[in-house]
Amino acid sequence: MVSQTPTGELCSIPALLARNVQVHGAKAAYREKEFGIWQSWTWAQTAQEIRNMALGLMVLGINRGDHVAIIGRNRPALYWSMVAAQMCGAVPVPLYQDAVAEEMAYVLDHCGARFVIVGDQEQVDKVLEVQDRLPNIEHILYHDKRGMRKYDHSHLNWLHDVAEEGRAGHQRVEAELDARIAELTWDHTCVMLYTSGTTGKPKGVVLSNRNVIETARNSSEFDRLAAGDDILAYLPMAWVGDFIFSVGQAYWTGFCVNCPESAATMMTDLREIGPTYFFAPPRVFEGQLTSVMIRMEDAGRFKKKLFDHFMAVARRVGPDILDGKPVSGMDRLRYALGDLLVYGPLKNTLGFSRIRVGYTAGEAIGPEIFDFYRSLGINLKQLYGQTEATVFITQQPDGQVRSDTVGVPSPGVEVRIADNGEVLYRSPGTFVAYYKNPESTASTKDPEGWVATGDAGFFEEGTGHLRIIDRAKDVGKMADGSLFAPKYVENKLKFYPNILEAVVFGAGRDRCTAFINIDLTAVGNWAERNNIAYSSYQELAGHPKVLDTIQRHVEEVNASVAQDRMLSGCQIHRFLVLHKELDADDGEMTRTRKVRRNIVAEKFSDLIAGLYDGAKQVSTRTEVTYEDGRKGYISATLELRDAKVVPVAKSRKEAA
Amino acid sequence: MTAAAQTMPAEGWTTADGRKIGPVLMEMKNITLRFGGVKAITDISFDIREGEIRAIIGPNGAGKSSMLNVISGFYVPQEGEVWFRGARRPPMKPYEVARQGIARTFQNIALFEGMSVLNNIMTGRLTMMNTNIAQQALWWGRAQREEDEHREKVEKIIDFLEIQHIRKTPVGRLPYGLKKRVELARALAAEPKLLLLDEPMAGMNVEEKEDMCRFILDVNDEFGTTIALIEHDMGVVMDLSDRVVVMDYGKKIGDGSPDDIRSNQAVIDAYLGVSHD
Repeated sequence: MVSQTPTGELCSIPALLARNVQVHGAKAAYREKEFGIWQSWTWAQTAQEIRNMALGLMVLGINRGDHVAIIGRNRPALYWSMVAAQMCGAVPVPLYQDAVAEEMAYVLDHCGARFVIVGDQEQVDKVLEVQDRLPNIEHILYHDKRGMRKYDHSHLNWLHDVAEEGRAGHQRVEAELDARIAELTWDHTCVMLYTSGTTGKPKGVVLSNRNVIETARNSSEFDRLAAGDDILAYLPMAWVGDFIFSVGQAYWTGFCVNCPESAATMMTDLREIGPTYFFAPPRVFEGQLTSVMIRMEDAGRFKKKLFDHFMAVARRVGPDILDGKPVSGMDRLRYALGDLLVYGPLKNTLGFSRIRVGYTAGEAIGPEIFDFYRSLGINLKQLYGQTEATVFITQQPDGQVRSDTVGVPSPGVEVRIADNGEVLYRSPGTFVAYYKNPESTASTKDPEGWVATGDAGFFEEGTGHLRIIDRAKDVGKMADGSLFAPKYVENKLKFYPNILEAVVFGAGRDRCTAFINIDLTAVGNWAERNNIAYSSYQELAGHPKVLDTIQRHVEEVNASVAQDRMLSGCQIHRFLVLHKELDADDGEMTRTRKVRRNIVAEKFSDLIAGLYDGAKQVSTRTEVTYEDGRKGYISATLELRDAKVVPVAKSRKEAA
Repeated sequence: MTAAAQTMPAEGWTTADGRKIGPVLMEMKNITLRFGGVKAITDISFDIREGEIRAIIGPNGAGKSSMLNVISGFYVPQEGEVWFRGARRPPMKPYEVARQGIARTFQNIALFEGMSVLNNIMTGRLTMMNTNIAQQALWWGRAQREEDEHREKVEKIIDFLEIQHIRKTPVGRLPYGLKKRVELARALAAEPKLLLLDEPMAGMNVEEKEDMCRFILDVNDEFGTTIALIEHDMGVVMDLSDRVVVMDYGKKIGDGSPDDIRSNQAVIDAYLGVSHD
């Protein structure tokens, strides 16, 4: 029934929408919790809503090829507005909603958006703040009316009003709209997504209908996703993953997209929905595990014993049962009992009772964390991807899941390793171009369509699974010529619940040093249980007992790093605990929470100097940016500590 | 609007930021309140207009809270008259005043600590429940329908004040700033014509104050609720309010727009102190 040829009917999201109305018309397409109740829309209702919005945009005079910026948290209306824009032949450009006005201004200017569709007053304010510099913006449409009454509405519209106007004026613009829907092809731009950009300004990645739909089809088939599945849409709409999961795969398979009530209620909403297909970056899984462990620490002795006993059983046999490997009958019985008493209720609390396929990506996940979820019977897997690939490069098939690899090439994707160790790929999802940036396009994608990922990695012999070591440009040499792979060490550090972030320095130096960010939840709870008083993040981060704990972690990591002959030079000789959390608002991280190494090194150069000149203490003053964009300073005196390292000189000689 | 107390058009006016101030909603005429020999309020008159934000300020012990208690019907003044919506209000019980459309928050939070946020806010709708205790105990038919309707109204307020994430949390576990917000939510649940806020920002940090200011302005804007508030933070008062009454030792020493009040010598003296030589 479904035509899968590149020239078939299903070559745009609006076409898939029409198909879904035919096939799944009465089935829920979207749910959103509002006013304490899950409101839902069937595919038929969704199609009507989207059509009205598209008609409204036509009435406002949207042109083919216009860019429509979309800013806000995950809400059905904003997803609909993306499809409505596509119907009109325009290109949706979702933006990160937590970006400050300045960052938004760059992207809005670069894509030359004529229309901006936003969630609420907060976003309207940000756009208005920079609007005088952006002559392209003609209309701002908002979804949530609250607080908007007093605004000058000459270029401002309530999205609902626009849809109503579209419905009223449908006879005028309907024919034109239908023509525009019909002319959409495989090569039309489906969406433009700005990469968070660990270096330099964000780049607009142009993805065609072919990129999105073919990738959605391949990945849906890989995990047998179907109309009966449920996902929770809570990750930024500007991120390629959310677009593929909540739009690409959702429209391909017809499954239901559930939007939480607010960011703060995400965990409650997750439990209520119990998604069958779930994606989360490692930090979400880490956060959940940390909170479970904290609560178990506070539980009664009997419960704690029960938990510890059955978790030991789960760790021993759980992953094998999940992978379908042989397990003795007695162990199966134990596991079943554990499921009844511990795992089942725990999964229910976490919202993972119904999960069939779970993915994590973006960063390395700690083996303990990964195994914890898998031992509970949650089919958590890893994938490796990037915006330019329309997410998927490699992913782990069921039954071949490990924490240290990222799996085998996804269906339709070719992967090879360049001579310098960099991972290259070519796939149906390979992006069309960077918008208005032919140089970057040319330097990233060669004429044959191979794209350089910028990551160094290798295929494991025997299994054919890909392993990623680090960013290719971050893999460097130390002064003595030994390999420096900061990410590898940082990941080992971050696997400790007390450590939220770590930044390791050492390229071109004789030894490695590190900045550490404590995890306020874990360390704060520990402080509470040990009667350690503190009044601020800064004070807790500088507490001698906290430093002792972190020092133990660093020394354990050193011992573990020393085992790897190639990387034993990356042991951390000195470290400090930073007085502030690294933050995207201060430019220290990307919006997807990846550390910008160079900016951190530049900003805290005094601290790095201290780490290398042997100082015991360094006083520093740091600029911070508040959520509303204002700036302030915090001053602190940090203690710099030495960590024990395992002597490796001998083994390196042996290796040489 | 510098129209101030003296020359105001009876039908109201429009403020600089486009809000409509209507005719007089409540008028206090020559109120005097005594506790035995102590005069808490002496011969005070002022009015509150529909749609405005009216602040009552003054140093400690000036009689501000007593004034609010007179408005809410908790105290009955020995002299003077209270006019509400064009009619003189006879002495009433506080719950009768509440039924008339006046709701309040308290200087010291007065919530049910053991109950969830949702239930606390539901109590704000008590005066509007029409089913009796037996019907509610059976919770069938009309009682159930009624609860659904009230819940819907309450959920709108929860959404408005952005407290969805603590809906089911017992109030006792909440930090101070959020408790204040829950208290505001409960007062709003009564759908008041006139909302009385007794020191809504007391003890808050700057960020919490900014949030609260925004909510007060939004309430006034979205629901058209008239607001009378007591507040010590002068910055907040001057920013928020349309007109200000200043009290000192139970007497009114100033009444007018924030600008008038700022330049009023009696007010400056009362706040900065003046030597009595």
